[in-house]
Amino acid sequence: MTTTSTARRRRPMLRERRRETWYAIAFVLPAAIGFVAFYLVPAVRGVWLSFTNYDLFSPGEFVGGENYAKIVDDHVFWNALLVTLEYVVVNIGLQTAVALLLAALMQRLARSLVIRGILLVPYMVSGVVVALLWQWLLDYQIGIVNNALDFIGLPRQSFFGDPALAIFTVAFINVWKSMGYTALLLFAGLQAIPKDVYEAAAIDGASEVKAFWRVSLPLLRPVLALVLIISLIGSFQIFDTIAVTTKGGPVNATRVIYYYIYDLAFNRYDFGYASAIALVLFVILIGITLIQLRLTRANKSDLA
Amino acid sequence: MTTTATRRIPVGRIIAWIVVGFFLLATLFPFYWMLRTSFSTNGALPSHSNSLLPADTTVDAYRRVLGLSSVSESLAKGGSTASVNFWLYLRNSFVVAISTTVVQTIFSALAAYAFARMRWPGRNVVFTIFLFALMVPPIFTTLPNFVLIRDLGLLNTFLGIVLPNLLMSPFAVFFLRQFFLNISNEVEEAARLDGAGHLRIFFRIIVPMSAAPITTLAILTYVASWNDYFWPLLVGQDENVRVLTVALGIFKAQTPNGGPDWAGLMAATVIAALPVIVLFSLLGKRVINSIQFSGVK
Repeated sequence: MTTTSTARRRRPMLRERRRETWYAIAFVLPAAIGFVAFYLVPAVRGVWLSFTNYDLFSPGEFVGGENYAKIVDDHVFWNALLVTLEYVVVNIGLQTAVALLLAALMQRLARSLVIRGILLVPYMVSGVVVALLWQWLLDYQIGIVNNALDFIGLPRQSFFGDPALAIFTVAFINVWKSMGYTALLLFAGLQAIPKDVYEAAAIDGASEVKAFWRVSLPLLRPVLALVLIISLIGSFQIFDTIAVTTKGGPVNATRVIYYYIYDLAFNRYDFGYASAIALVLFVILIGITLIQLRLTRANKSDLA
Repeated sequence: MTTTATRRIPVGRIIAWIVVGFFLLATLFPFYWMLRTSFSTNGALPSHSNSLLPADTTVDAYRRVLGLSSVSESLAKGGSTASVNFWLYLRNSFVVAISTTVVQTIFSALAAYAFARMRWPGRNVVFTIFLFALMVPPIFTTLPNFVLIRDLGLLNTFLGIVLPNLLMSPFAVFFLRQFFLNISNEVEEAARLDGAGHLRIFFRIIVPMSAAPITTLAILTYVASWNDYFWPLLVGQDENVRVLTVALGIFKAQTPNGGPDWAGLMAATVIAALPVIVLFSLLGKRVINSIQFSGVK
């Protein structure tokens, strides 16, 4: 909100100012209608629904905090939360490590746009395509990955069918999908670090690896924190891969919160309860965002 | 090879290049395998499961998926009895993605212009409220939006599929406002002295000057809309409006669990992925730059 419109020095006449206001309203109006109808009102309505037993077919009644009380005893919910956390931890941990490695490699030896472009392709295609593709690659009978396992003498794995493996498989697929994107964000952060810092490190006799740990990584911290939070919030909302491959199974091994909400609302028509869980997810994500704000602010001074 | 490289073997660099090569291979190989499988027959896949070339090379899978072969023919080739007509779903995906992109970009740009370049009471308050929408997880508004679209009788219509994203996206408004803020006042003022109105200034000066970010935004919107699965799954099940991502899910569910139609599925994924990959290879530089921009800002 820094630079305001036209000239401040030549104070426009009141009539012109009023005309500008009308134009501005006309310009904002379509977007504002979309915003009110599909963001603002639904958000308020979502809160209201979470206090009702609405089921899509009858008008639904106000039931107070009943849905929230139900959450406390719902072991499927707690399991979903646990599975989501498992997914988030593996996905974010692996993705950040791989992306850091890729970003450092891009920075040191391969700035080529083609390489960055290739690594970004999985991120550009739809989650459904990625899910189907990996289901084929990981097929128990004739999937190329299981064939490779067989070849090096390891047992075949039922990647989606084994409760112990399923959620990690989904996490791995999404690391594959978004590692290029995360690497690109971190690469941009590395590019912003001034060259003379590295020169100084080199004069002090630091090796490339040492320079990465001692110089790049600390200076990258604000960008890293931001990227981490963006992917963290994104990974809480994993849906496509699970909807196409496991549908929450085997048993509840991949029933993450997002899929559980979908299941409650559209398979069991329990809209009220689904809305209450969606609100809980909302609160969790706000909590993460607030932590992010503190982290990025605390580290702002590093690059200055 | 430079002189320093020949003097001592750069072990570190070689290892680094091997790592880069590994990741490029890990990224590209699955796509190659998708293509290779799509030109195979289901009958030959099990016995040639490691062959790098298509097993029993054929375009049958594409014919089947695009509805060019008869039901009995497709059953014989290991397809399902379900009538699949990806031409229709391809058209539907284009209708949804193009209309969303065009309309959303125009209205978001207009709003961004009003937020960036015009003075009006309440501007900052309204913009701050817009920004809050970026924080709301989609699922939270999706449930009430579904109820709304159903109550409006718009289930299984194109309007129902596009409406929530048609008029704006908070990201688009935010993204364009950043660019509009940086345009110098002088050009705009000169035009105003010549008697140009706001509409004229917007379309004749601001839009041409911001062609690059607007195109970038349009590409991102198009890709997101083309790839969207959740919302069309909820409101667009009917065949007449079914988009490719939803059709893929249904196609998958219909193929027999014991012996899936892998050749057909991979042909269908190629069809679904191709428009985005082509667009990306033509305009990838813009996308890469814009993503980098969003990371640093």
